[in-house]
Amino acid sequence: MRSSEAAGAAEVLVLAELTGAGEPTRATLEALTGARVLGDPVAVVLGAPGAAAGAVAELARFGAGRVLAGESAALDAHLVGPRVDVLARLVADRSPAAVVVPAGAEGREVAARLAVRTGSGFLTDVVGFAPDGTATQLALGGTTVVRARVTTGTPVHAWRASSLTPVPAPVTTVVEQVPVELSTTAREARVVRRVAGPTAGRPALTEAPVVVAVGRGVTSAAEFAAVEELADVLGAAIGASRAAVDAGFCPPSCLVGQSGARVSPRLYVAVGISGAAQHWSGVRSAQTVVAVNSDPTAPVFALADFGVVGEVVTVVPALTAQITAARG
Amino acid sequence: MHLVVLVKQVPDPTGERRLDAGDATVDRAGADAVVDPLDLHALEAALTLREVSGGTVTALTVGPPRAAGALRQALATGADRAVHVSDPALHGACAPQTSAVLAAALRRVGFDLVLCGAASSDGQLGVMAALLGERLGVPHLSGLRTLALADMRGADTRGAGTRGAGTTVTGERQTEDGWWELAAELPAVVSTHVLPGPPRRRTVAGIRAAQHRPVTTLTLADLGIDPATVGLAAATSRVVSAGRPARTPGRTGDPAELVRFLADRALV
Repeated sequence: MRSSEAAGAAEVLVLAELTGAGEPTRATLEALTGARVLGDPVAVVLGAPGAAAGAVAELARFGAGRVLAGESAALDAHLVGPRVDVLARLVADRSPAAVVVPAGAEGREVAARLAVRTGSGFLTDVVGFAPDGTATQLALGGTTVVRARVTTGTPVHAWRASSLTPVPAPVTTVVEQVPVELSTTAREARVVRRVAGPTAGRPALTEAPVVVAVGRGVTSAAEFAAVEELADVLGAAIGASRAAVDAGFCPPSCLVGQSGARVSPRLYVAVGISGAAQHWSGVRSAQTVVAVNSDPTAPVFALADFGVVGEVVTVVPALTAQITAARG
Repeated sequence: MHLVVLVKQVPDPTGERRLDAGDATVDRAGADAVVDPLDLHALEAALTLREVSGGTVTALTVGPPRAAGALRQALATGADRAVHVSDPALHGACAPQTSAVLAAALRRVGFDLVLCGAASSDGQLGVMAALLGERLGVPHLSGLRTLALADMRGADTRGAGTRGAGTTVTGERQTEDGWWELAAELPAVVSTHVLPGPPRRRTVAGIRAAQHRPVTTLTLADLGIDPATVGLAAATSRVVSAGRPARTPGRTGDPAELVRFLADRALV
């Protein structure tokens, strides 16, 4: 997998995904951490003019010895296409050992289109790499661990967020501007506007290290308010099963599972959730799962690492108080 | 307006799913087969657009002979015709290969707008719209929660005469921290998430009517695709090993014990 160039280890291109504040997302830092196994990570920052400046320090702290900055207002006015154009050119010019793309809102699709454009294979839901170039993936909603290898072209990997804890590996970095020349096709899918949702103030559901999720067992506004307090103490995003969305406690954007988000936090707190397969398919790659439910026979207790049998209205405020106390 | 809906037959997502022990493909024989739930939302979107703009709805699938069941369901729900790409060489095809086959079929049947579910419940890649957009050289919009067509001047495209050219597809996509309003000109590929309201169901009258609607079956040879370029042996990636992660059985306790459990794992 490694090139024989004089520079030593081959380059691995890592597309940097930026937060609204212009910092690399946690998934980007995870991808940089994982990519080091394959070669020397080179971060690619694509965004509006000036986007790279705010991200370079953090990218260098996590091992990007080179930052390639492609800056153009056109990048954010269109979806997916422009990023594929720039990355495809970089793949042709630099012959990296692999490309790693954090699988955020656009990332999976960037990876898919890039793979077809470059005649390469690609893997999704990648959570780790081995030095021989194989990737570990979570398949079937996280129930199955697969090791796989791309056998065609330049491997493109869509990195699954919250798969590991980012490990710093500070290096001095070089920032290099790269041209942004877009094809007509790249400009065809337009972003008319971006609207911030009602979830502001809490971490994004699929990025959050902790998710507190509510289900059918949360039946009153008072219970939901108690859950929100617990979420705020834990710095958690709020998730929901279909029943809680239908009951109107949460907007559909909170939906976790079959027809909603798939989350992979360090901690998933399931409150009043039975553990039905449709919901659990979105939870399977959570590292630790705890459950609160009044029904001791709920399937969720077989899925959770720790369960508390009890009424939401008493258990949840008790948890909030004990966590606050434990932190002194 | 030619609306083509991609339907995929999948193992029942509410049941147990696993990988085949032999070749690590999704075990389809061992599970009940259903039309992927999100594809039914895409079909609903297509049927609704047909009511507004007129035109034809074609259901398209790639899969073994039993996948014809998915097409029959689509026809009984209201699709006008169906196309089934079936070939033994397709077993184990990876997503890029499947997209090449679908793209060839789409070029053959023609399309103004291709619709599919945002992600299948078995593979869960969520990238078919993107792969098809790339293969067909057209824009793709994915994960839409609303969907509408408008002509270049922004008016609704009511009336049966509307063709794809000069028409824009618009929609909203839910994101983690809000939503995006997106637009692209036809021809285009879109994938739909859960749309407002449940998708319509097939009716007895629909099932009866569906028996008279045409189902075209195509092989790889019909599409001019060399069987040696698709399927497990030619896949662009290869599974080295597959297994289920071990999970220790959980325990229960009171809130104080739970907080200690979390503290031990540095989670609070």
